[in-house]
Amino acid sequence: MGLLSDPVRRRALARLVLRLNAPLWALPVAWLERTMRSVGLEVYTQSFSRKLPFPDETHERYMVSGTNVYGILRAPRAASTESLVLTVPCGSDSTNSQAVGLLLALAAHFRGQIYWAKDIIFLVTEHDLLGTEAWLEAYHDVNVTGMQSSPLQGRAGAIQAAVALELSSDVVTSLDVAVEGLNGQLPNLDLLNLFQTFCQKGGLLCTLQGKLQPQDWTSLDGPLQGLQTLLLMVLRQASGRPHGSHGLFLRYRVEALTLRGINSFRQYKYDLVAVGKALEGMFRKLNHLLERLHQSFFLYLLPALSRFVSIGLYMPAAGFLLLVLGLKALELWMQLHEAEVGLEEPGGAPGPSVPLPPSQGVGLASLVAPLLISQAMGLALYVLPVLGQHVATQHFPVAEAEAVVLTLLAIYAAGLALPHNTHRVVSTQAPDRGWMALKLVALIYLALQLGCIALTNFSLGFLLATTMVPAAALAKPHGPRTLYAALLVLTSPAATLLGSLFLWRELQEAPLSLAEGWQLFLAALAQGVLEHHTYGALLFPLLSLGLYPCWLLFWNVLFWK
Amino acid sequence: MAAPLALVLVVAVTVRAALFRSSLAEFISERVEVVSPLSSWKRVVEGLSLLDLGVSPYSGAVFHETPLIIYLFHFLIDYAELVFMITDALTAIALYFAIQDFNKVVFKKQKLLLELDQYAPDVAELIRTPMEMRYIPLKVALFYLLNPYTILSCVAKSTCAINNTLIAFFILTTIKAAVHTCENEEQGLLDLFLGVCHDVCGKPSGNRLPLLLPSQLLGFHPRSLWLYCWVSPDFKLSCAVKEGLSVPDLTPNIGLFWYFFAEMFEHFSLFFVCVFQINVFFYTIPLAIKLKEHPIFFMFIQIAIIAIFKSYPTVGDVALYMAFFPVWNHLYRFLRNIFVLTCIIIVCSLLFPVLWHLWIYAGSANSNFFYAITLTFNVGQILLISDYFYAFLRREYYLTHGLYLTAKDGTEAMLVLK
Repeated sequence: MGLLSDPVRRRALARLVLRLNAPLWALPVAWLERTMRSVGLEVYTQSFSRKLPFPDETHERYMVSGTNVYGILRAPRAASTESLVLTVPCGSDSTNSQAVGLLLALAAHFRGQIYWAKDIIFLVTEHDLLGTEAWLEAYHDVNVTGMQSSPLQGRAGAIQAAVALELSSDVVTSLDVAVEGLNGQLPNLDLLNLFQTFCQKGGLLCTLQGKLQPQDWTSLDGPLQGLQTLLLMVLRQASGRPHGSHGLFLRYRVEALTLRGINSFRQYKYDLVAVGKALEGMFRKLNHLLERLHQSFFLYLLPALSRFVSIGLYMPAAGFLLLVLGLKALELWMQLHEAEVGLEEPGGAPGPSVPLPPSQGVGLASLVAPLLISQAMGLALYVLPVLGQHVATQHFPVAEAEAVVLTLLAIYAAGLALPHNTHRVVSTQAPDRGWMALKLVALIYLALQLGCIALTNFSLGFLLATTMVPAAALAKPHGPRTLYAALLVLTSPAATLLGSLFLWRELQEAPLSLAEGWQLFLAALAQGVLEHHTYGALLFPLLSLGLYPCWLLFWNVLFWK
Repeated sequence: MAAPLALVLVVAVTVRAALFRSSLAEFISERVEVVSPLSSWKRVVEGLSLLDLGVSPYSGAVFHETPLIIYLFHFLIDYAELVFMITDALTAIALYFAIQDFNKVVFKKQKLLLELDQYAPDVAELIRTPMEMRYIPLKVALFYLLNPYTILSCVAKSTCAINNTLIAFFILTTIKAAVHTCENEEQGLLDLFLGVCHDVCGKPSGNRLPLLLPSQLLGFHPRSLWLYCWVSPDFKLSCAVKEGLSVPDLTPNIGLFWYFFAEMFEHFSLFFVCVFQINVFFYTIPLAIKLKEHPIFFMFIQIAIIAIFKSYPTVGDVALYMAFFPVWNHLYRFLRNIFVLTCIIIVCSLLFPVLWHLWIYAGSANSNFFYAITLTFNVGQILLISDYFYAFLRREYYLTHGLYLTAKDGTEAMLVLK
């Protein structure tokens, strides 16, 4: 699965690197400092280090340490209470060096102007998002992800807005904008409108989700392309990953965007002067802000750069899906109630000795066992893979990252075998109604979780609702069991993840073969776990601690004896 | 029944100890649903450090507890976690013994009424048997200790737990005194009424310890009222009571006051404060008239009304009246909306932190969203209490008038609450 997957090769590489006493590529910190100082900025550096929970195969890193360099352009006549940030995340190779050049050129140009009312921070981070997270945590004096970083020597007041820049070459054919941030948070729509205005002014071609803007909205093509763009945005927002440095700024209430320069096989190319002009325009506009961006929408979906769908239009859809669960729960409650009344008619059975109303006759005790066992499985899924990776590497010929992913899949699949073990623990007086009570509790649990998720990250909530609600509503022990079982497995969270990967690549017009898709799925699992530990992404804990136990309850209901 | 109770206590203490040691303790102690300006541990610490510096703790706008809390924690500040775990355990034990005695009283009264032929002939299924009432005290203790609301209050070190202990002991002594002096029922009722008024007046924090001792010794006399005023010197009492009654601190909580008063003009605030506070006191009289033969049910309803309408409620207050649900589980068949109401309360409890996060941290919601959930939560509680009230009255009606009601023309009749 990469350079570091073979333990022998890894050891050899580590020895080589140690002998060279240098990382493979490092940020030229001293040169950057000198150049920024010569431009006239106040330059500071920050060093950080982090040991990832397990080696990251995609970025090929494990023990990360680096240095961020940032220069502050102090506004000549203002009190340094507010600032703007232009950040260039540099990865573990020099792919973003063009952006560094543009950053320095802009810094030199901005330094000569007198109209700046806010300070501007020019930030170059090492190890892209890890460095950005370290800088942001040190700037706001918090420690949410366990990063070890040196404190910042220089600050510039509250950050009002930030722009992240990624350029792969010195000519661009189009600028791609990324808005989705960590845990599906989005910047204020005003910032996107700002970018679009300046692109239009400069005649730059801009794309959203890698797709051009549809011109023709009257025929079917425009809306269809808009739908594709919308679905891509839904999938990206649902993944909860920060798709660029801007995603990490959003957590601190700093509106941010990432601009990527794409150099494709198109005839007309723009040089960096055009990009620089657009950036200058954006910064001059942001300079005029009297208060934080809050007038426009924070929750929206984008079918195109110039169109958006507001929350009032898309939230009822999720509401109706959850209503299905609520109505199903109500129906089960009425059935349980009728059965109870029917039981009491003949001889006056002793009243239920259960204190908590929702379950009756069956007794609360018989529900506690499946609930506890499912939750314990979820907890095992959350805790064991990272905790047990070293044990796994000792006994099996796998690397740590592979061990984590395979343990995840193993525990997930082991949950499928549960119903045969749970029933030994559970003894019910009324087996026929036991599954109804369990399904009632599971439906309410699922509705609650999906509701809470839909409020914070709508795309994730909606995606999970569309897949899990039909299967959950239909699950019952009677009827075509294999069909229901297949449906339930196909709509389980892991299968949804796999399916959405295929859909995502299909929409980007780069379809995957099965083998590629499986590899991508394994990589996505590893990335999900890593991002939870390094940035605090919530997808992994939500799926493992919340939705997987709930899904297991439905699996239990399906196989109720 | 000591062994199961001891087991429940051990489990409860383990859960609380585990949470105290985890990283969640700090997070929980800042949640506005769990702590209020009147019961926050941070403010207690602040008041104690002000006292150490020689400044009166009441001189700022931070400390609003009664002197009892200062006296208690001045010596016990290092064992704060233990103190709160012990108060929870004491509350559970007090409720356990209280409900045990209450069940005996109920059964005795039922037997008496059966012998006196006060019940209609076809109400056999409504009569309660000792068998079904056997586990109720244990369930009450279980309900209180393992209620997530109680656990959260304990881990947050909210002084609401101490309030709950005092109320539980008050109930225990009331029931014990009533058991011992059966013939003084009316007098007991009068003192119950007064005690309830003290409950309500003592909203800032229950300074009811002085009430308990004379109550037990003197067998409930209205003289206890002057003892109550005597213990806390005038200005401290007025400070604490003024805070509870005039609502100057508008930190969001699960109550109804903060949003309203945040939007109101100063000119009208006195009027509306009076209107809001009347709600707490007002229902005592009609309820006392209607429920004069059922003092414990009256207490339950009163505690619930206080938990809903007080100026700074927290989930700890809700947990106390929820502990009484097992006592009324014989009313289950008459409850009409229990499913919907349980769903509402669970959904609102989960949506509180989500909407707080969206309002304060993500910035995409505002206070209206949080207040909407507060309103829904309180409406759910009110409907729950009125549902229990209706069920209770309905059962009493059936007991005296028979289970199968027929109207004058012989068809089946429906009982309607007017």
